[in-house]
Amino acid sequence: MSTKSIMIVGVGGQGTLLASRILGNLAIEKGYDVKVSEVHGMSQRGGSVVTYVKYGEKVHSPVICQGEADIIISFEELEALRWLPYLKKGGKLITNVQQIMPMPVIIGAAEYPRDILETLQKEEVDLVSVNALEIAESILNSKVTNVVLLGVLAKYLEFDKQDWVDAVLSTVPEKFREANEKAFLAGYEQ
Amino acid sequence: MSKRLMIGNEAVARGLYEAGVKVVSSYPGTPSTEITEFVARYNEVDAEWAANEKVAMEVAIGAAISGARSFCAMKHVGLNVAADPLFTVSYTGVNGGLVIGVADDPGMHSSQNEQDSRNYANAAKVTMLEPADSTECKEYAKLAYEISEQFDTPVLLRLTTRIAHSQSIVEECDRVDVPLKEYQKDVMKYVMMPGMAKKRRLVIEDRKDKLVEYAETSGINKMEINDTKIGIITAGAPYQYAKESFPEASYLKLGMLWPLPVDLIKEFASKVEKLYVLEELDPYIENHIKAMGIEVHGKDTFSKFGEFSNVSVREAISGKKDEVTYPDYNPPMRPPVMCPGCPHRGMFYVLSKLKLVVSGDIGCYTLGAAAPLSAMDTTICMGASISAAHGISKANPELSKKTVAVIGDSTFIHSGMTGLASTAYNKGTSTVIILDNSITGMTGHQQNPTTGKTLKGEPTVAVNLEKFAEAVGYSRIKVVDPFNVEECERVIKEEISVEEPSLIIARRPCVLLKGVKYDFDVNIQKDKCRNCKMCMKIGCPAISLVNGVPQINKTLCTNCGLCKNICKFDAITL
Ligand SMILES: Cc1ncc(C[n+]2csc(CCOP(=O)(O)OP(=O)(O)O)c2C)c(N)n1
Repeated sequence: MSTKSIMIVGVGGQGTLLASRILGNLAIEKGYDVKVSEVHGMSQRGGSVVTYVKYGEKVHSPVICQGEADIIISFEELEALRWLPYLKKGGKLITNVQQIMPMPVIIGAAEYPRDILETLQKEEVDLVSVNALEIAESILNSKVTNVVLLGVLAKYLEFDKQDWVDAVLSTVPEKFREANEKAFLAGYEQ
Repeated sequence: MSKRLMIGNEAVARGLYEAGVKVVSSYPGTPSTEITEFVARYNEVDAEWAANEKVAMEVAIGAAISGARSFCAMKHVGLNVAADPLFTVSYTGVNGGLVIGVADDPGMHSSQNEQDSRNYANAAKVTMLEPADSTECKEYAKLAYEISEQFDTPVLLRLTTRIAHSQSIVEECDRVDVPLKEYQKDVMKYVMMPGMAKKRRLVIEDRKDKLVEYAETSGINKMEINDTKIGIITAGAPYQYAKESFPEASYLKLGMLWPLPVDLIKEFASKVEKLYVLEELDPYIENHIKAMGIEVHGKDTFSKFGEFSNVSVREAISGKKDEVTYPDYNPPMRPPVMCPGCPHRGMFYVLSKLKLVVSGDIGCYTLGAAAPLSAMDTTICMGASISAAHGISKANPELSKKTVAVIGDSTFIHSGMTGLASTAYNKGTSTVIILDNSITGMTGHQQNPTTGKTLKGEPTVAVNLEKFAEAVGYSRIKVVDPFNVEECERVIKEEISVEEPSLIIARRPCVLLKGVKYDFDVNIQKDKCRNCKMCMKIGCPAISLVNGVPQINKTLCTNCGLCKNICKFDAITL
């Protein structure tokens, strides 16, 4: 199998790290070579963040470059637009429909692009949009948005549903297992 | 033996544990921080946060001389702070093994500069290893102790952001318990006065020769001969980028970066048609190879700065640009910002309102330099705020009247204390503001000597900042709540107007700390809001204009209530 390249993008604090760890743990469980590249430090303070997950027979580089991602999951609309150039031609783009205003927009120095979903639709991408925040809030709170989105992603990867659930349960803290399982399944059923 | 995904830093920590390391002392700094956080989880390891990197390295040196395997970690700029002990511990050598972890940040993901620690290895004549994935992080950490003890040398373990923060698979082994080595007083070895140091200087040269021999023969530098049209000499993350883009090429992968092998490089160069040296940051290996009289392509082909990638390496060697798949819509930037609820925001609102010259420092509060707060004039290095403000007051009395220094609690302990003592001693008149949020925030929440807790979470003594300032000669010391913007404004105006050194401590815990919760329900009352947009001036990510009117985003809002204190029309309620 050739290497699968998945990017998880969003805004610092949205829980992209946990999502990448769950996926990474699942891929290793299934016997793949895996590399996950994370962001720590400065950009976690509300900046644009990206983590890369790659798995296959042998993975060398931990990073994904422009035009290399098979799938991008975005936790926020503007971030979906920002990272679009990293998607392969015809690749899958899963985006949460949440909008978080960046500081240049808040202070009026820039404008939040209009109609991002329509813009993306016009490109040659396989777009899936979902209101994961709403689903998450109906289950527990915004903190499980990441696992809802992972549930959406799960439908498009080769792993079994039960293996996913096991990976979620073994990665999240014990206290939040039940809520995260529900969040995952809700995403999966989207 | 279990196999797990680990970031490079966790793998280093695992290596330290397995190598029988007893003492770890570090100062946090991205991307090195997690090594020490992970190793602290092992009961067998005594791990601590030191006040700064120099202290950390000296603790590790003491532990090594007394016979234990010891370690310290820091980011690249931390090694500047610890350079003094580094250059001399190279002379004394060790007893128990001593390894120094240093993490460079090509591309400056989270740093104020981009510097190449390999130059330190060369300058201080200290062996350096560099792993290329998490497996090697663990292996090299262990190997470093063997080298340290075999050659009587400290060993630098160099990581870069991409290695430190990428997860790959690591196999766990058991810890080997290494007994304390016997300590013997040895003045000729451990007391570096000129007479002794002159003798030790010779030992270093001899040690280097032996290490070169090791670099040639031990297998840590590996030749992979495939297609010989292209040969690439590389190490660390760039090795992975090249392997992905040119799997057929031949490689000399270096695991030891100082000293570099000579014969191995010559042999590899003779086997390939076109020789490249692929390295981020400085032409460190390249200069070495060129000094050997070998023709090689390096910085004529690859960037002199920044982080590389599979594509940048492929494009540089092939000379062809990849096709773009999608247009770049130039979306607005999303820079990092102070979190909603951040206690620094109140103080920066006041600094901004008073249009002060702010001699800044490094921490979450550096984000106050960005619009709309825009309240910082300089940021150089940790601790510089206090000393530079003193410099301003000595040089420019007019500027001095509207200048303050701002510094966080961890940064104050790191290197602000010396500046404070120096200011009072030299009859300074500057005003210093310590932003005490009870934690080392920027690097992801580490305890420090002001917080009353150790790295392992045990209660301990806490530095009393007020008493410290008093002890070094300050008599004007005020404590304020940074959310009480009226009080902050009044106190700052008072303190900058007096011809005496003064200290203001703005005290409120970081909103991300456990137990910090605001039980309000902050809302904008539509009927009272006059749309004056004052609340937009604090730059809170949770307040934005919706249809031209300020609105609170309840998903992001922490209900801290700072915006209520800004509103002139009582339109914001708790
Ligand atoms: C010499 C050096 N060591 C470490 C760092 C990494 N670093 C940046 S800010 C910071 C600490 C900030 O803590 P504090 O001063 O308490 O401010 P806060 O972030 O909590 O506001 C550290 C350790 C650095 N930039 N330079």
